[in-house]
Amino acid sequence: MFLESAGNTLPERSFRSKKYRWEDESLMKITAYANKMSAAPGETIDFMVNCENKSFDVEFVKLICGDLNPGGPGYKEKVVKSRTSGKYKGRQQKIHAGSYAKIDSSSHFNALRSFSAQVFIWPTTPEKGAQTILGNWSPKTNSGFNFGVAEKNQGVALEIGLSRKKVFKLQTKAPLLSNEWYFITVSYDSETQIASIRQEPLHSHTGTKDKANISRKVTGTVSLNTNDAPLTIGALYTSEDKNRLVCHRHFNGKIDSPAICHSPISPGQEEALKRLDSEQVKIESLIARWDFSNDIQGTTVTDRSANRLHGGVVNMPTRAMTGWNWTGDELNWKNAQDQYGAIHFHDDDVHDADWEVDFTLTIPKSFRSGLYAARLRCGSSLQEEDYVPFAVLPPRGRATAKICFLLPTASYMAYANEHMGTDVPVAQLLGGRLVEHERQDLYRNEHREYGASCYDHHSDGSGVAYSSRLRPILNMRPKYRSWLGGSGSSLWQFNADTHITNWLEAMNYDYDVITDEELHYEGLKSIEKYKVVLSSSHPEYHSKDMWDAMMAYQQKGGRLMYLGANGWYWRIAFHESEPGIIEVRRNEGGIRGWEPKTGEYYHAFTGEYGGLWRRNGRPPQKIVGTGFTAQGFDISSYYERKPDSHRKEVAWIMKGVGKTEKIGDFGLIGGGAAGLELDRVDVGLGTPPSTYLLASSVNHTDIYLVVNEEILINYPGLGGQENPLVRADMAFFPTQNNGGVFSTSSIAWAGSLSHNNYKNNVSRITKNVLDRFISNKKLLDDTF
Amino acid sequence: MASSFDISDLCSTKFADLIEEFKENPVGHHSPQLQRLLNVMRGAPMGKKHCLIVSESNKEWILAKTSGIPGEPVKPTNLRFQNLADAEWYVFRERWKHLTGEKLQK
Repeated sequence: MFLESAGNTLPERSFRSKKYRWEDESLMKITAYANKMSAAPGETIDFMVNCENKSFDVEFVKLICGDLNPGGPGYKEKVVKSRTSGKYKGRQQKIHAGSYAKIDSSSHFNALRSFSAQVFIWPTTPEKGAQTILGNWSPKTNSGFNFGVAEKNQGVALEIGLSRKKVFKLQTKAPLLSNEWYFITVSYDSETQIASIRQEPLHSHTGTKDKANISRKVTGTVSLNTNDAPLTIGALYTSEDKNRLVCHRHFNGKIDSPAICHSPISPGQEEALKRLDSEQVKIESLIARWDFSNDIQGTTVTDRSANRLHGGVVNMPTRAMTGWNWTGDELNWKNAQDQYGAIHFHDDDVHDADWEVDFTLTIPKSFRSGLYAARLRCGSSLQEEDYVPFAVLPPRGRATAKICFLLPTASYMAYANEHMGTDVPVAQLLGGRLVEHERQDLYRNEHREYGASCYDHHSDGSGVAYSSRLRPILNMRPKYRSWLGGSGSSLWQFNADTHITNWLEAMNYDYDVITDEELHYEGLKSIEKYKVVLSSSHPEYHSKDMWDAMMAYQQKGGRLMYLGANGWYWRIAFHESEPGIIEVRRNEGGIRGWEPKTGEYYHAFTGEYGGLWRRNGRPPQKIVGTGFTAQGFDISSYYERKPDSHRKEVAWIMKGVGKTEKIGDFGLIGGGAAGLELDRVDVGLGTPPSTYLLASSVNHTDIYLVVNEEILINYPGLGGQENPLVRADMAFFPTQNNGGVFSTSSIAWAGSLSHNNYKNNVSRITKNVLDRFISNKKLLDDTF
Repeated sequence: MASSFDISDLCSTKFADLIEEFKENPVGHHSPQLQRLLNVMRGAPMGKKHCLIVSESNKEWILAKTSGIPGEPVKPTNLRFQNLADAEWYVFRERWKHLTGEKLQK
């Protein structure tokens, strides 16, 4: 709710004069997100805000440099005028995490007299507590039925509603094993008043006592009226919050082939429902048989019964999961869809926080393309401030500069809200120092409902394959230090990339900003008007459409400056119907926080084989000349020139740099221009033969190790002090039609640009290349 | 400098050079022996593991400990540091004490 105009917002000076430091009474009093990460003039962006205070102030700022390090160029943002700026009423908005399938209420299951249900389950945390497999339940009156994993892993529990809100409970008391398949049936017969559960393990382990078949007469008046509540699979419906369902008892694990009938069925009918296509099953009492192998790419769940009681998934559980009947003979779900009838539900899945909109910005024509943010403040302390960054695109169909900065929003999404710093011991080993936590890190540690990154594990230990931007992404913020960002300014991803925008501004270049989503959805059209595309410091994640667009750009004579490393590394998929969510399957090799299970290597969203682009026949060397070779996160180093850099046809690149000068032995990210993640030239992996190796970095610490996709037989001496593969190769190669690619091959490069008031050899080389790339000159000088 | 060490054999007199090396340069290039010791220290499990909370960006850090349980709060201590090297040195001494029972001089 809009309260006041911008004229009544806190003056900047009074904000800065307040004590701006961490206090422990509340980590963040305001968090927010937008429905888009980019928009063109005239288009709108909705902002959703969770605010603990009565009101908050909104200003829009152009972000120039997000680094607070006093040893750097200084934090820079410019307030830009907007009618949307002003004071708004604060309110708390919650994220209801946890995935499930929802089927709208139906007369077919709203007021049953008897019922039976069957399902296959693969629980992953049976010890966690009560977890609902299927709920046809009214929370208002405690009527209906539900069943799931029992409290304290006492097997499977069935609850049946009785009159006066009482509940009949039956438990198998046979603890379930995690990561094993079970066939479960439950039933209630109103004629005999007998309730029963059968728990049938599909494994053949000896000595386990996880098989059960129990029945008991129900005493009391059974009430199966669900009062038009929805039926839920994977969680139990409890209430509503602003038109969103609120569920609890979230199930962790896979559910396959759930079916319900309006009476108990015979063992033969159970078998028929298990093994046959339900379209052919003639069971008179069948209400619904949901086939999760249908629409794996989408969000619906399909009922194969004649009733067609289709539903949908909420919070994007993982699909294309091997089912109870997966034989292992086929690894591609598209070739054996009937063996991929499982959905893996997680109690911490999040897709769309689905908060109510607090304000909407229509991008004014006066906003030149660039990096912007909504700055939100509900007080004067550190905890009372949040930023929601976004890109203002050039007007649709136009380029307003020769330079395009490609904001790597897919990579930001992959890292969104990562928890490695608080969760895993390797963080201090990788960083070679103590982990620093910002308030955002502590907040998202305690608010797991904000979702995790594709580097994290779900609460059940399975890998996080999906990541959404429709939630506050608290590590994609200006002023933010990251444990991954090396010593010094400790910058990583978004905030490190502001050193590129800062340098462009300082050097007076005009530039447009677009995001990965423009590149993905619009393809070559989004970049073909630009003379030069500048990458970010860490453009790691690319869809096939993004990859194809960038290659086409090069082939048409486009010029790419790759100002980072670990680029074009993982293959991702964007969901084809739901905006703002990506999928990563971390197959085979690569630096990864988890690995998918065998048989689950193909993206659900597209059916494409996942993993490294290198494993998809497109190593990064093919598109940018260099590819990931080593990483370490303590200190950075410098480059030394190579003979190619002295060749006359490319002498313009090093113009003004001494023959033996160290390149980048300074900087805010680890103290050098070559650091954090490093790429190298490798003709065997696709580096074009026309490539000039201009410089290579040297003298990295032993925290830096060769990446594991390079290691077949492991061997001693993989660290930076010994291994020749631990280096960043600065490279250039010409492409067709007078195009070219320049690669710095180091994530830390951006942190050195501003050194000595931009008078340094990293800035000079970057400027040499950019000036040449935006010119109409050919890229190789004549040598005669 | 000692050529190698056994963690169970750590003592400040025998490994004074490693301690001094760390104190002079807590982050960056280290001798193989010191690196090995730091790998043990920094690779400890997450329960009650030292870390830092940024109090004032680039100016002040609060010493804290992780819980080892995802979602459980990181617990701050009363100690604040105005530079990261001091924090590293303090935690090194704490970890040394934990490994050896021996209290190192400041």
